[in-house]
Amino acid sequence: MNSPETSYTLNHNLKMEQAINFLATYRDIIYILILSVIVGIEVIGKVPSALHTPLMSGANAIHGVVIIGAIIVMGQASPDNIPALIIGFLAVILGTLNVVGGFVVTDRMLEMFRKKK
Amino acid sequence: MENNILQIIYLLASVSFIIGLKMLSSPKTARQGNFLAAAGMGLAVIATIFLYQGHEGPLGNKIWIFLGIAIGSLLGTLSAKRVKMTAMPQMVSLFNGMGGACAAAISLIEFGHINASSPSGMVFVVVAGLVIGSVSFSGSIIAYAKLQEILKSTKKLPAHNIFTSGMLVGIVGLTTWMTMGNIEPGTFYLLFGLSLAYGILFVIPIGGADMPVVISLLNSFTGVAAAFGGFLYDNQVMQTGGILVGSAGTLLTVLMCNAMNRSLTNVLFGAFGSGSSAAAGSGGPKSELNIKPTTASDVALIMHYAKKVIIVPGYGLAVAQAQHVIHEMETLLEANGVSVKYAIHPVAGRMPGHMNVLLAESNVAYDKLVEMEEINEEFAMADVVYVVGANDVVNPAARHDPSSPIFGMPILNVDKAKTVVVSKRSMAAGYAGIENELFGYTNCLMLFGDAKKTLTEVVSELKAL
Repeated sequence: MNSPETSYTLNHNLKMEQAINFLATYRDIIYILILSVIVGIEVIGKVPSALHTPLMSGANAIHGVVIIGAIIVMGQASPDNIPALIIGFLAVILGTLNVVGGFVVTDRMLEMFRKKK
Repeated sequence: MENNILQIIYLLASVSFIIGLKMLSSPKTARQGNFLAAAGMGLAVIATIFLYQGHEGPLGNKIWIFLGIAIGSLLGTLSAKRVKMTAMPQMVSLFNGMGGACAAAISLIEFGHINASSPSGMVFVVVAGLVIGSVSFSGSIIAYAKLQEILKSTKKLPAHNIFTSGMLVGIVGLTTWMTMGNIEPGTFYLLFGLSLAYGILFVIPIGGADMPVVISLLNSFTGVAAAFGGFLYDNQVMQTGGILVGSAGTLLTVLMCNAMNRSLTNVLFGAFGSGSSAAAGSGGPKSELNIKPTTASDVALIMHYAKKVIIVPGYGLAVAQAQHVIHEMETLLEANGVSVKYAIHPVAGRMPGHMNVLLAESNVAYDKLVEMEEINEEFAMADVVYVVGANDVVNPAARHDPSSPIFGMPILNVDKAKTVVVSKRSMAAGYAGIENELFGYTNCLMLFGDAKKTLTEVVSELKAL
């Protein structure tokens, strides 16, 4: 029925539509992605190099937010799925280490920057 | 209702991360900023446990979750409180690795929920979380082991870069293959193994001096892995937190490279961090340097009668734990009317800002620490420059010798001062593995010995004067 060209155009239009649908569906995520990238760059841009280490350490603690994923995965694991429970439990411990260790070590570094005299 | 409250708390937590990071960028507000971000994190974690509603209702296994958090908090606090300030960079690396492992573990479990009818976006997010989390984990552990000096080799496989590039192509190819709907456990676990191996091979050839750059890069990797987890659960706080760290970490990595006047590719794929020790060992012009050793009492004397002294601290100072003694020397000189400043190279220590933390720990006033651009003009007016435990960052070859591997690296122009005293254990080369021509200059005196021991001698000589 369709000549190869019309089916190509149809296919092409379909792809365009898919792409637009994709962008529309994931609109929120794309907003977050773009804005977070810009904010991240802005925040770091004007930092004196003396604060780079504490800042890196603070950022390190913040990506410990992955702990929330570990909590969700652990909370949803069915009680008879032993491997999932073990890995999930480990994930919760590891994520907590990242968060708590990260914030505490950053605080220790920053304690040193108190104004003297 | 519960879900709405949870979403509002996630919004608050996201804002606390952004404002917290912003406050971390000024010395006055940094501590509160860290506290704010931590509070936001705590709130988000507690709210998730009690308010999260999945497809199967509220979360179960709460006892295990609390137990895990308790164990993690205890271990995290203890290790963070006990770590010596000199060992901080590897501690950050270790915590970063834990985050990467956590992201990989989530993907390992979520893979069990994937089947042929899962949307390809979900498959991609799970697989990518596994890959990036695993690379970040194994890479961070190697970085930790190298900085802790558990692992000393910088061995390279034959054709290392080609081999690792091949692995990378394989990882990307398999990820694409799986995203296209070929969901087989075998491929998934092969990808897991490949990613772990890639992280190891990626970090192993990189020299100690470049490790901060690598840690910073792996830090942003973990951020990206956390963001993938956020996409998986449609969880905004994970998305914002992860992406924020991903972008900020990448920029920080670039800033560190700029401070060393090197490109990221140069740091990651070769140059002097790795193979140069052989080049330096092969009969460099060692005998050509005319070195003038000096003694602690001579050094004390010239500093006692100087008007202006600039101290250049390097990692050697930290290793010798001499930051307290150097502060004592500074106080003695100041009491005698000598102006004393510290010149801080951007990469002094093991990370940018590391030296500031170490000196602040021993009560050196924040405003005495002067950054490179500012202090470089002052060296010409200085009577004595005291270089302790630093080498490559004061090598004048970086200014004028295009054949030097560190040519173009911004350095502290200590050679402009009237007298330069270099406190050093031996004539061994620095991290770059090259000879320092400064040691042969007519205005340069060498004070051999352990940094702390010689400094203590100088201090007691100063007291006697």
